[in-house]
Amino acid sequence: MRTVYVAGAGMRPFGRFPELSLTALGAEAVRAALGDAGIGRGGFQAAFCGTVYGGVAAGHKVLTALGLSGVPMVNVEAGCASGGAALALGATAVASGRADAVLVFGLEKMPRGMIRSSFFEPWREEAGLAATPAYFALRAQRLMRESEVTLEDLARVSVKNHRHGVANPYAMYRRAVSLAEVLASAVVCEPLRLLMLCAPNEGAAAVVLAARPAARPVRVAAAVLRSHLAGSVLGEHTPLGGLTDERVSTPTEMAARAAYEEAGIGPADLDLVELQDTDAAREILSVEELGLCERHAGGRWVRDGGGELGSRLPVNASGGLLAKGEPLGASALAQVVELTWQLRGEAGPRQVPGARTALAHTVGRGANACVVILSR
Amino acid sequence: MADARAIAPGLFVCDADGARLLAGLCAACGKRHFPAAAVCPYCAVAGAREVPVGPAGRLELYTTVLSRPPGYRGPVPYGLGVVALDGGLSVIARLTETDLSRLRPGLPMRLVVEALFTDDEGRPVLSYAFQPA
Repeated sequence: MRTVYVAGAGMRPFGRFPELSLTALGAEAVRAALGDAGIGRGGFQAAFCGTVYGGVAAGHKVLTALGLSGVPMVNVEAGCASGGAALALGATAVASGRADAVLVFGLEKMPRGMIRSSFFEPWREEAGLAATPAYFALRAQRLMRESEVTLEDLARVSVKNHRHGVANPYAMYRRAVSLAEVLASAVVCEPLRLLMLCAPNEGAAAVVLAARPAARPVRVAAAVLRSHLAGSVLGEHTPLGGLTDERVSTPTEMAARAAYEEAGIGPADLDLVELQDTDAAREILSVEELGLCERHAGGRWVRDGGGELGSRLPVNASGGLLAKGEPLGASALAQVVELTWQLRGEAGPRQVPGARTALAHTVGRGANACVVILSR
Repeated sequence: MADARAIAPGLFVCDADGARLLAGLCAACGKRHFPAAAVCPYCAVAGAREVPVGPAGRLELYTTVLSRPPGYRGPVPYGLGVVALDGGLSVIARLTETDLSRLRPGLPMRLVVEALFTDDEGRPVLSYAFQPA
């Protein structure tokens, strides 16, 4: 298999843009990534687009708007890991020699309010089982019990990510929040407060993957998708990837294990991490599942200042989903764009000095997790 | 009043022993799942046997849903939690109790089937939930 490089990266700031179409958002990110790679029409042989709510041919419409259609193009849906799944497919196409360069992008305009998803059959919606934040809350409650995580620890994660987001012009929220402010924000589902949950929003991000290294080469050391654990996909017995079933590994643990092996490294070799922080508890659980701290040591990790910019291993230096917001199809690729800038030394005030190896992680509905490792 | 109907077929039964959930029990791997499916979600073997579980269980996790989720037709607020049923199956389910101070881990719970809302034809729609025993 050939080495795969990130030859170009670009994104559109996340936020709410009622005046812009989904196609326009996507086109902006694609144009930025192609410009960064210095290629245009004919410069890539396939395209992969991650989106959940984008509808029929969402990616095709972007390429058409830019006069770039004509290459094989697929739209990829894997819940919150959609962009990561698209990237894993694109990386495989380049590594196998099927393409010398591919375009991978993600885009989303999320509906407002509590996320409605065809994942839940009508009877489950009618019965009150489609309350996504409540599932996050139950997961948070379990984490608090098992990992000695306090309500203040959850708030500390929000404070950290919002502080990091202040320095990121691509984030939706660029305002620091205090511990007291997070704790005093409205209860959504006990124990989770409003400022402990990310906001669904809009945005797009894109990368060009190529077999030929760019001037400041960033290598895709691993791009792994793991899905659909036996028994942990749909039923009320194991919702959200094994919430009630501890006998199975989670998709994140499986994807991380495979990615570390593929890259030939371990968690101790990482210089920074962008990970799924749909809610503050999800960040701590992601830290544990990725092996960034011991299992059930997440509470101590937070209290020891884990993940802060300036610490041994910054987590979500971009502000994470808590500051950026979460446009499902774009979020994983925005992580990869951020890490590419970091590894090139182009991340400005949020730069992690001398970063050489970085990990991106998304996990979502359907029990899909994607782990990408980049290095220079 | 029009006849009541279940919110979906094959979820629960009510008889002299109380309300029970209809789980699937796989003959090959021995694991239970809910709702019962034609093919075991753990090992892909067809022909799982339908077994009633409950009504007794213990509360593992719990929260309260304060605003109406998409498509929900019952009253808010309502509880949502994970209950470990006697017989080896944990399920996520609606809770009748919304005052979290009355709930704690390990609390004995009991399955109930009750009318959750009235459908467009005026029929009461029955669904299942757990309440403190």
